[in-house]
Amino acid sequence: MGMNFNAYLNKETKAANLAVFRVLFGLMMFFSTLRFLSYGWVDKLYIQPKLFFSYYGFEWIRPLGVYTYALFIICLISSFLIAIGYKYRYSIIIFFLCFTYIELMDKTTYLNHYYFVSCLSFLMIFLPANGRFSLDAYLDNSINQEYIPKWNVDGIKVMLFIVYFYAGLAKLNSDWLVDAMPLKIWLPSNYDLPILGNLLQKEWVHYAFSWGGALYDLMIPFLLLYKPTRWFGFFLVVVFHLLTSILFPIGVFPFVMIVSALIFFDSSFHEQLIVKTSKLLKLKPLDNFTAKQKTTSKISLFIIGLFLLIQLLLPWRYLLYKNELFWTEEGYRFSWRVMLMEKAGYAQFKVVDKTSGKSFLINNNDFLTSFQEKQMSTQPDFILQYAHYLADHFSKNGKKDIEVYVESYVALNGRLSQPYVDPNVDLAKEKDSFAPKKWILSFNDEIKGL
Amino acid sequence: MLQNVSMKRTKVLGFIFLSLIVFACSTSDNGGGTSEVEDNFNRSAMLVNWADNIIIPAHNAFNIEVAAMVQASTVFTESPSEVNLQSLRSAWKNAYLAFQSVSMFEIGKAEELNFRNRLNVYPTDVQKIEENVASNTYNFSLPSNIAIQGFPAIDYMINGLAETDAEIVAYYNSDATTGYNGYLNKLTTTILELSTTVLNDWEGSYRNSFVAATSSSATGSVDKLVNDFLFYYEKSLRAGKIGIPAGVFSADPLPEKVEAYYSKEIGKDLLLAAITASKDFFNGKSFTSTTEGESLKSYLDFLNTIKNGDDLSALINNQFNVSKSKAEELLNDLALQVTTDNSKMTATYDELQRNVILLKVDMLQALSINVDFVDADGD
Repeated sequence: MGMNFNAYLNKETKAANLAVFRVLFGLMMFFSTLRFLSYGWVDKLYIQPKLFFSYYGFEWIRPLGVYTYALFIICLISSFLIAIGYKYRYSIIIFFLCFTYIELMDKTTYLNHYYFVSCLSFLMIFLPANGRFSLDAYLDNSINQEYIPKWNVDGIKVMLFIVYFYAGLAKLNSDWLVDAMPLKIWLPSNYDLPILGNLLQKEWVHYAFSWGGALYDLMIPFLLLYKPTRWFGFFLVVVFHLLTSILFPIGVFPFVMIVSALIFFDSSFHEQLIVKTSKLLKLKPLDNFTAKQKTTSKISLFIIGLFLLIQLLLPWRYLLYKNELFWTEEGYRFSWRVMLMEKAGYAQFKVVDKTSGKSFLINNNDFLTSFQEKQMSTQPDFILQYAHYLADHFSKNGKKDIEVYVESYVALNGRLSQPYVDPNVDLAKEKDSFAPKKWILSFNDEIKGL
Repeated sequence: MLQNVSMKRTKVLGFIFLSLIVFACSTSDNGGGTSEVEDNFNRSAMLVNWADNIIIPAHNAFNIEVAAMVQASTVFTESPSEVNLQSLRSAWKNAYLAFQSVSMFEIGKAEELNFRNRLNVYPTDVQKIEENVASNTYNFSLPSNIAIQGFPAIDYMINGLAETDAEIVAYYNSDATTGYNGYLNKLTTTILELSTTVLNDWEGSYRNSFVAATSSSATGSVDKLVNDFLFYYEKSLRAGKIGIPAGVFSADPLPEKVEAYYSKEIGKDLLLAAITASKDFFNGKSFTSTTEGESLKSYLDFLNTIKNGDDLSALINNQFNVSKSKAEELLNDLALQVTTDNSKMTATYDELQRNVILLKVDMLQALSINVDFVDADGD
């Protein structure tokens, strides 16, 4: 066992896979940041709002006013430097910190694919992705290397494996498989697509998409790993992700996944890609690889191993909570649960001044953007944070002893809306924590499965 | 060699998969030709029904009432008398009631002109009106002047200047205060200008572009008008007419914030007209007859046949009815209702609020209409 493991660690592979991955990752991030900027989302999402929803424990991470743009510019520059492989180690560290900072500023914008980018860029900090086809290698021959430890590339494959496979496992529930929800709600709204539009109104299509989607997620990592099915798998990756990008507003995620899946191909494929691109760009190929065998960095190996282990375990933390996961969302995020829920809600807050006994309702638009309100009204941790914000806000105006109550309703996956939070609980007194939130009312239904 | 075999196999598999897709799509094409109407809710028919049978007739009727109001205000300002004041009040009431049927359609030209706010921001700014009357300089198109015009300003001019009708008429007869005549006429003619602009646009090019925008995106007419309708129902109807004066958003009730505050008579009528108009729009009921066409109701019913859920449209209609019967218990003078028995106001608010949940949570979810354009992955 120990021998096998050591033997595995000493295995080598071409540096080309990682180099191509680095270039494409850098380019994708460059364009996705550019896209974000061009839509004016920095202003809309990070400057205009009056309050921001922090992640538990990261309350100190906030948008920087107009300097928030600087964060995006830094992301833009560092992703470009990653693509050309200049000062790679610094670029990827800066990119990781900057990107993750942006994501932590407001959980309203939480998306699994942003988390995925943070995970990938964290992994890449510890990988010699500038060993080939990089400015670094061109400038400093000692960086130039033809072979790298095989586990370097495998680390990324494991990450991708987790994303797909866990996304597939998460679909094994009765809403998805038995009721074809939420696709039954989402697909018919694409009625205006040519050809597909009519098809998407049919019930059997909703089931086909649900079952096909689950099967796809569970199988794709194996199809990509197993050489004879690799091209077929990649073909499915392209079709599937293009389809999702047509049907759903999921931004650049489909393209990030398509590009990432290339890492499963043989080194010869990536070598060819490098040679052809070099010719196209009229770059002089570097042939004089340093033969020097680089020793595997123990620290990198340890960190990556630990990180992947956490990735394997983290999505299961929901099992520690008794309540229905989709209803309370305790342990929902950071678990590759994608496209699983159609959740809509309405939260009407009541502020009570205990000294005078007077109370009034809150107009959420006075404090939240419509996007924030939408996210807040279906997620308990948002509701609690907002309640505390309201308590503070109205205490500042000379009042003390503020109580905050909420009358809220949530509709989940086509069920009729039901009361969500106990309207008799003073949320100003409740503390946020990872402990189960007892003030969430019970979900009068059952969703079976994982 | 091995690679070649696997390449070949992949190509074959890929080809099979691709042909499956093409097959699936083409069979649907053939089958879809005749049964398209049954398979698919006809959004285009819904937009046509909204435009031709509801929105344009409602704007037309409103325009006629406003023209009558302008006429009455001309007559009154030329020969101010208590009789002419009464007929102006009645014309004002008719126009105000007709406005309740167009207020929710803040789309196209109306959106551009800020139609609803220019016609109906209340309470009206009495102090500023008096300043403007005295100085005789005002520009109603300035955003800062939103609260000195529209129906609430006319309300003040014809009901709020003094206690008795004789005293009010005196304002328009006095040489020292001639500003009132001009200001009143300017108020009514401005409403007519705005109404005519919106109506002309609907009767001109806008109708066709509205009906043609059947896409499911944020720029599609269905998404836009449904969002406008919900915004209107939640902010203008539920909060504006009942919630704010009843004090649900403030520590104390604010009776001076009712609609048609100075008239003391028509507040409840306006509320009932607004509830009826909202319900009729939901049901796609023609403005001029009792026929119902394609609507949010029939759209929900269609979607319900797919998912076999609860009968949402029945729940919504029932809630409209409950709200209406609660509203009917109110006094004509809503401000008086607030000061004498506010619990009736809050009870009406509660019923109106229940429909906010059904419309905004349940209906929007069923229709899969997004509030915002941002990336999402459905979690």
